[in-house]
Amino acid sequence: MAAPPRSPARTSWLLSTPALLLLIFGAAGPLLIVLVYAFLEPGEYSGVVWQFTTEAWFRVFFERDIFDGTVSPADAHLTIFWRSLELSVLTTLTTFVIGLPMAWFIATRPANQRAIWLFLITIPFWTNLLIRTFAIMEVIRNQGILNSLLIRLGVISDPIQILYTETAVLIGMAYVYLPLMVLPLFAAIDRFDFRLLEAGYDLYASRWQVLRRIVLPIVRPGIVAGSILVFVPSLGAYVTPRILGGGKNMMIGNFIELQFGQGRNWPLGAALSLILLAIVLIALLIYVRVTTREDSRHG
Amino acid sequence: MDDQPAIRIADARKLYGSGEAAVRALDGVSLDILNGEFFTLLGPSGCGKTTLLRLIAGFETPTEGRIHIAGADVSDDPPNRRPVNTVFQSYALFPHMSVRRNIAFGLEMLGRQRGEIAETVERMIALVQLSDMAERTPTQLSGGQQQRVALARALAPKPKVLLLDEPLSALDLKLRKEMQLELKRLQHETGITFVFVTHDQEEALTMSDRIGVMRGGRLLQVGSPREIYNHPADRFVADFIGETNFLSARVEAEAVVLQNGARVPLASTRTPGSMVTLAVRPEQVQLRPDGPIAATVRQVVYSGTDTHCYAALSDGTQIVARLQNPPSGEVGLQAGEAIRIGFAEDAVQMLDD
Repeated sequence: MAAPPRSPARTSWLLSTPALLLLIFGAAGPLLIVLVYAFLEPGEYSGVVWQFTTEAWFRVFFERDIFDGTVSPADAHLTIFWRSLELSVLTTLTTFVIGLPMAWFIATRPANQRAIWLFLITIPFWTNLLIRTFAIMEVIRNQGILNSLLIRLGVISDPIQILYTETAVLIGMAYVYLPLMVLPLFAAIDRFDFRLLEAGYDLYASRWQVLRRIVLPIVRPGIVAGSILVFVPSLGAYVTPRILGGGKNMMIGNFIELQFGQGRNWPLGAALSLILLAIVLIALLIYVRVTTREDSRHG
Repeated sequence: MDDQPAIRIADARKLYGSGEAAVRALDGVSLDILNGEFFTLLGPSGCGKTTLLRLIAGFETPTEGRIHIAGADVSDDPPNRRPVNTVFQSYALFPHMSVRRNIAFGLEMLGRQRGEIAETVERMIALVQLSDMAERTPTQLSGGQQQRVALARALAPKPKVLLLDEPLSALDLKLRKEMQLELKRLQHETGITFVFVTHDQEEALTMSDRIGVMRGGRLLQVGSPREIYNHPADRFVADFIGETNFLSARVEAEAVVLQNGARVPLASTRTPGSMVTLAVRPEQVQLRPDGPIAATVRQVVYSGTDTHCYAALSDGTQIVARLQNPPSGEVGLQAGEAIRIGFAEDAVQMLDD
């Protein structure tokens, strides 16, 4: 006796159950915990006390003097947020400027060579992030490869201080996230019809005009994907700024970690995490809005 | 300066690679294309016709030789500084732009005034009859419509010369016939010199003012469709354009003698005893009782307007006669039947061996 056929809707629900469970327990659940913790009082040594308060949110933006109780804006927090945003935008731009020619180069190789180049791009992914970051450190530190080479060549007489600066964090993040930019760009350029370049030149466009009016608009999906893939993890970056930025060039990720560790203020950490999430969402919204407006203008 | 050729190509050579392995894509081509002319480069694939077109457009630089457009030497100019536009075989329309923006692109790059651009674009859209489609993107158009956009886009900047690289090859037969007429009309209306590349000899014959037949990187013959068809310069041209019967013969005084011994009266200025090839179009082959050549019918093929009669001479040489069908549709021939063949003296083209 044949089983009655299941309705397609029910089947697809059944099939997506594992994914749904994973989402509920892996994403929605923790997020809910973070949301709840952000409205509780910090415990004495760690953890939380189950007492409702909005003190954590207040502490995100303002400082209260321990002795006289006067309130002043939390400039240090704003600096950290601003630095994170700035470094993430710069990282995205840097990876784009380096990644576009790279992706173009790979996409224009003969088909049998492309796999090798793509393989080389992905190799760093197989190495631990910590090790890669220490490798960068070895390159840029005062007695490192870069400074030694420049001194040997007589370009400079004293080592340039790069390590433990924002530049070091930028270099490190650009290096770490470059493949995330190159791969989607490659995928977009690979589909690009190169005969359109000739059509552009034939219609009196200069190289720059061909790039701006034909290439960039057509590969834009790759640019959008690459930018998001680089910007989002950059904003939450933790390991790279910690190692290359030293103690003073903290980013949001490090600051949040501090609250859950030495700071012993879990609610503040939770509130900061939610703000980071909000910044990412707003940034993405703006980005999507800007790029789609561009689209309708050209369409 | 109207007598100045639109394009002058002086001894153009193009080699790919170097040394012994170099491929001669163009092997010394010299050609003048006149103002307002519909000129067709015709030849089999790999004959160099597309290379020559790309040389004019500036996508390739000649290894040797010069290219002049409207009197100016453009050999060293990049494509965006040459007063020519191209209709590409693949159309190469910009997929992210509407029909209107595609057509406006060249004018925008030339820095024309907004008003002038809008006006020209509207005129072009009307010219290629795409008024209803102006806001669509290329992917929303059929092949024939894309073809029209490509034409309008290339014509909008009013180039001195329009280059067309096998633009009709992707269309089906009916549409192709339509576009052939359309192209002629556009050329007539705009007065722009067209250089058209094709491997389709019928297309070349119906559309062109003049045709240049190419093979192996060389220009074999340049002439009007009539000249090329009726007086092909050599065996290749005769064979490539239309159907042709080739008969080997030896020249005698006031006649030629075929290989099977048949004597055909034919005046010639050539030395008696020299060997020649006679080229005769199938439609010029006559079946008549007093014909000088004896043959046997092998096959009779009816094809609507005509009947093709395939016959063999006594030495096995094949010959095809194209006979116009009478109202009954029956030419009254049967396989195995003995016939006699002849042709008018001026229907025979005598080619050197």
